[in-house]
Amino acid sequence: MSLETIRVAPGFKEYLPREYQDLVDDGPFGRERKVSEVGSFKEAVEEHPMCAGCAMTLFIRTAIVALPSLENTVIIGTAGCGRLVLSQTAVPFIYGNYGDTNAVASGLKRGLAIRFKDKPKDVVVMAGDGGLADIGFSAVMHSWFRKERFTTVMLDNEVYGNTGGQESGMTQRGAILKMAPLGKKFEKMDMMGLAKTAGVAYIARVVPTNATRVANTIRKAVLIAREVGPTYVQAYTSCNIEYAIPTPKVMDDARMIEQQRYGFSEYFTDEAKSYWEHYERERRQVKGPDGESED
Amino acid sequence: MSESAVIEEVKTNPQGDVITSAPPPKADAKKGAASQRVVSPDYLMLQAPREAVFMTGSEAAKEAIRRANVDIAISYPITPQSETMQQVGYLYAEGYLKDYYRGEEEYGVMSAIAGASRAGVRCLTATAGPGLIRGMEVIASWPGGRLPSMLLIMCRVINAPLAIQPDNVELSYMLNTGGILFHAENQQDFYDYILAGFMIGEKPEVTLPVAVAVDGFFVTHARGWVSLPSADIKLPPRDCYHEAVPMMDNENPPIRISRDAPIQKSNFISYHMHASWQQEVWAAQARANKWVKRWMGSPIEVVNPTAKTIIVASGAMVSQSREAVRQASEQGIEVGLVKIKSLRPFPSQELVEAVDGADRIIVPEFNYVGWLAKEVRSAIPRTERVISGPRVFGGMTMPTELIMSYVKGRR
Repeated sequence: MSLETIRVAPGFKEYLPREYQDLVDDGPFGRERKVSEVGSFKEAVEEHPMCAGCAMTLFIRTAIVALPSLENTVIIGTAGCGRLVLSQTAVPFIYGNYGDTNAVASGLKRGLAIRFKDKPKDVVVMAGDGGLADIGFSAVMHSWFRKERFTTVMLDNEVYGNTGGQESGMTQRGAILKMAPLGKKFEKMDMMGLAKTAGVAYIARVVPTNATRVANTIRKAVLIAREVGPTYVQAYTSCNIEYAIPTPKVMDDARMIEQQRYGFSEYFTDEAKSYWEHYERERRQVKGPDGESED
Repeated sequence: MSESAVIEEVKTNPQGDVITSAPPPKADAKKGAASQRVVSPDYLMLQAPREAVFMTGSEAAKEAIRRANVDIAISYPITPQSETMQQVGYLYAEGYLKDYYRGEEEYGVMSAIAGASRAGVRCLTATAGPGLIRGMEVIASWPGGRLPSMLLIMCRVINAPLAIQPDNVELSYMLNTGGILFHAENQQDFYDYILAGFMIGEKPEVTLPVAVAVDGFFVTHARGWVSLPSADIKLPPRDCYHEAVPMMDNENPPIRISRDAPIQKSNFISYHMHASWQQEVWAAQARANKWVKRWMGSPIEVVNPTAKTIIVASGAMVSQSREAVRQASEQGIEVGLVKIKSLRPFPSQELVEAVDGADRIIVPEFNYVGWLAKEVRSAIPRTERVISGPRVFGGMTMPTELIMSYVKGRR
């Protein structure tokens, strides 16, 4: 797709909804937007029914701005809170069955690769900790072992938020939640370690306290998945409802958790590292040194 | 040890990946695929000259897939299906398919098919018994996703105690998904229905997944004569932009409510969206009947239409019933036979007409529950005519004597 695809035939534009007109005139298609510009252009994320103060919404909004080729991206989700905003975003969104994301993404990416040989189509899975680490675990691991070329983003709120607050594999040990009335009895699953074992090309852990860092991480993950192999981003996106975090304190909680146990970390395979260094060099030559930098 | 023995030549497949065991496919293996030309579905299925070859059901499926212009196939082993998807693997190695891999298990395979179909490519998988049930959550969602694809089902036991023998109870689960379901009698049907199925499922007014079932072992592992056109012709490729829904390839203008948006809110809009969407799925299934008639002759086949006793059967049971009809004729008893080729859409009207003059309708089956008898009862008037049975299950063969005892009224 391109901006040309969404442009309206003369005379018809005024009959389309205002948000569509805005997407054409001042949207994110065909141009790279920085997170520092958010608020000054029409974002792909539309009105949505997420809870007030939701950190996951902030993360998704930032991640969508950071996608390197929004007009050639397809997003896949599964049951959970994240899909409530993803289905309100101007990007094709596949909502299949429970825990099927990485299997669907495998078939989709391969199919798109057959049909669009010279036009990279980015596939991004964006789903919760329950969807990826519990019910979708097998599909996630096997897509990594098979080196499928797409990005997996875990919206890790450490709980089944959408079904009303049940313990997940990514919940911290000891947390008292529904279905863990005496506190969770085993450790939080080490999905970062499993990703490394499976040979994932780029692995990152991030908290949405720093929008630029989130954006850089997502951009890296999508581009490396396009050229090298599977990538995994694990984002702490707290559930202020189920963990009873007062709405004004959501970012305080994020900063605290980041300091205690969720600090930013990233890992590259050698191949991913050399690709990324090459990409950065080329980019600096084209754009000059004032591209967005971390922190 | 000499130096030359240490440095081994690196073997690669035609795609350039390293092969570490077994000899790689011959360099000229891809010639076959490259020499194929696209012909019209009518020519390939109805007009092209054919030659009879003696082969197994699995090989018949392979020959259909060779001519079906398939883009991607995703496999997972399970008896008695494994042989077929292995054969499809050989087709991939020879360049007839663009992509092929062994999935993690059937839930993952059926999900990946859902992804590939959304990408707009022609896709295929196959399974059997427990594998079908494992993938059923996904399979049941394909029609609502309007996802043309091909699923081959080699029926086998699903219930405990575990067995690998043929028993087609699994097809009763397939009747309620909204997808198209054909039941092949023999190797020839298996070849023909696969090609017809690809074309029917991709018709704009249909846009549905198609499943072609056979009874395991009886058809998959036994040989029969199959009339085949030459291998240098194939079906046209999938034309995904002429189907009922947009592809998920981001080549369309964005819409706020995506094609796959979840409809989970409890309000009248969600009720109506789900209801009208499902009504359209089943209406699309009914519209497939026109193409079933064109490429499969008719959704049913009728033998001895004026007989007062008529057997209604599908799959390999049709062959046993043909033999019973022949034996009855030797004894001076006229028995009719209706073969149901298409279980979905179910040919209710054709069946009503075919059995209109019959006093007794015998429905022999390879399963315990008698799902075909229930289907027949729900479709025709004067249901007291329907005799549900005889039935064998767990993999038993059906003795024609048992069908004959029903024909003669001893049961």
